[in-house]
Amino acid sequence: MRVSLFVPCYVDLISPGVAVSVVRVLRRLGVEVAYPQGQTCCGQPAFNSGFFDEARGVARHFLDVFEREPSDYVVCPSGSCTTMVSHYYPFIFEGLPEERERAEALGGRVREFSDFLMNVLEIEDLGAHYEGRAVFHCGCHQRRELGVMEEPRRLLENVAGLELLDWENEELCCGFGGTFSVKMPDVSAAMADEKIRALDKSGADTLISCDSSCLMHLEGRLRRTGRTTRVYHLAQILDPDLGKVG
Amino acid sequence: MRRTAQRRDGRDRRGVGIESKVEGFNERSRRAIEDEALHAAVEVHSKNTVNNRNRALRALPDAPELRERAYHIKQETMANLDRYLSQMAEAVEARGGNVFFARDGEEVVRYVGDLARRREARVITKSKSMATEEIELNRRLQEEYADLGLKIVETDLGEWIAQLAGDTPSHIVAPILHMSRHRAAEVLSGVAGEKLPPNVEDLVAFARRRLREKFLSADIGITGANFGVAETGTIVTATNEGNSRLVTSVPPVHVAVMGIEKTIPRLKDLSVFLRLLSRSATGQKITVYTNMVSGPRGEGEADGPEEFHLILLDNGRSKLLGTEFEEALYCIRCGACLSVCPVYRQTGGHAYGSTYSGPIGAVITPLLKGDEEAKDLPFASSLCGACAEACPVGIPLQDLLLKLRRRQVDEGLASKAQQIAFKGFEGAMRSPAAYNAGAKAGRLFQGPLSQRGLDRKIPGPLKGWTDFRELPPIAERSFRELWKEGF
Repeated sequence: MRVSLFVPCYVDLISPGVAVSVVRVLRRLGVEVAYPQGQTCCGQPAFNSGFFDEARGVARHFLDVFEREPSDYVVCPSGSCTTMVSHYYPFIFEGLPEERERAEALGGRVREFSDFLMNVLEIEDLGAHYEGRAVFHCGCHQRRELGVMEEPRRLLENVAGLELLDWENEELCCGFGGTFSVKMPDVSAAMADEKIRALDKSGADTLISCDSSCLMHLEGRLRRTGRTTRVYHLAQILDPDLGKVG
Repeated sequence: MRRTAQRRDGRDRRGVGIESKVEGFNERSRRAIEDEALHAAVEVHSKNTVNNRNRALRALPDAPELRERAYHIKQETMANLDRYLSQMAEAVEARGGNVFFARDGEEVVRYVGDLARRREARVITKSKSMATEEIELNRRLQEEYADLGLKIVETDLGEWIAQLAGDTPSHIVAPILHMSRHRAAEVLSGVAGEKLPPNVEDLVAFARRRLREKFLSADIGITGANFGVAETGTIVTATNEGNSRLVTSVPPVHVAVMGIEKTIPRLKDLSVFLRLLSRSATGQKITVYTNMVSGPRGEGEADGPEEFHLILLDNGRSKLLGTEFEEALYCIRCGACLSVCPVYRQTGGHAYGSTYSGPIGAVITPLLKGDEEAKDLPFASSLCGACAEACPVGIPLQDLLLKLRRRQVDEGLASKAQQIAFKGFEGAMRSPAAYNAGAKAGRLFQGPLSQRGLDRKIPGPLKGWTDFRELPPIAERSFRELWKEGF
């Protein structure tokens, strides 16, 4: 099994350790990992802001880079960026049949990390260990467009030492929403605060998600409000060498 | 093609920086966020309606199929709307009713005002009409027909209290969701001339007594319509208070103001929509009253008005037919998208500054009024998709919000700074070399910033971020650098 790794831009630049953990987990499972060097971003910020021309420009670059790399799957540690490629590339290439077809072909091969582990590799126990009481936040694209909700929970239930807690209104959006977080910052922060109140109430000391973008927003708010909650991407929790690099 | 933003009033309101000028949504929502009573009310309402709705829909084994059917019925209706509207008009006229096609609110005001003059009307009772809220019928009648001295009374309890308080509805189904029962008691005490206790039974009993007088003295009753059946010319309203029936049957004149998109082809289609509407709106299997009016009192009939007028309101709707925004017309005003919306949950309805709030309001307000009048609304969403998931007729709300964002960019309404920023973004993201250079520059730039202390707020495009959250630093080595080094 050979996969191309699609590392979202903010993971590459801000949380590279997440991608390192993805690579380590996949290699332990015997997967050959390629990292197409030309990759940058999926274009979602432009798309979400209504700049479809610019998003298409970035999408074309993305398609060029990943079509060149021979692999069975493209694996991405983000439900949101996976959705951008699998669901919204065809949307922005509506009326451009050739590119739409390319987008659909590649989109069919892109898998979010936990989806890939559970539904392609059919692995649910990675023998990982983590001491903590955790809540899991499912990003909205992952929940509604991808429908990958149970997979990360199952993987976490099999982590020794980790107690997975329920939290109130767990289906509510965290309020990140891409450029929404800076365009409507008050509402965005109020949404984060509601998640944080639920987190406080649950008694969790750790927050886990498959989307580093939601986590960047929630962690930013947790720190600003003086909380020390540990914040991790799922891949980091599943990585036995967590903390050694990045 | 992008045109430069040209405003009718000549002022350029394009914003500076990434934070676009949002024409009030941020300001209004800021006030709402601090309103703890509002929060508590919205939270309880959302929880109850969402739970009830889920329970009601679960009990309906064919709910997903119903949703599909509703979508297809609406799709087919819109494709043939002209035909269905004339069919409806013919049916109403055949039973002695009058039909008027109103291009906009202005034409409705003229029609109703002239009717009130002819009938020498003094008191008008109203029920169940968002379409008349949309065109501000009450205010305009009172201003433009001031000589008639019209007394216009909203009779849906929440609407009445809002009217007395000089307030506007903040939710499609629960109009005074934003008001505590203490505030409601205060408002009603004002009309009662005595202090009413803030408990629901007493307030309702008072409203009943007082509204009864209005029902009996009304010269004209105005309602909206949840549905208009083309086949039979039947106007359907679904209510829980029963006031709608008193508005349609007691006064000598009944005027129904219906948005043209409320048309459904056949009487049997009602079974699809009524089941979805009541369950999605309140979690009921069916509302307490379902009113069906097909014209004035016929010969030998015991009740019903002398005159029946059906006003079919366009007001920007027909221009959406056949466009990528047509699905917005499928809305049955159940309010389900409001109840599940995490943004509405924080802001309530007034922040939207429109008759229609929540996700559907953010979609139809700019579609009906124009993008420049509601520039901020398509952006008042985190695009989480809870709305589209909840919609009982399958309107792809977040896709419509995205298309509206794109339309603003196409129209040149996005700020110059954003236009430059996203051109730059595209350039950088199409070239790995530029991307890497950008990352290096960012690292250099963040040095002085982070020296200011992590909790410091910074100006510029990231202000929106750092006003509320810590900004994570760019890592010393990016993943691509780590990959090259090997690990």
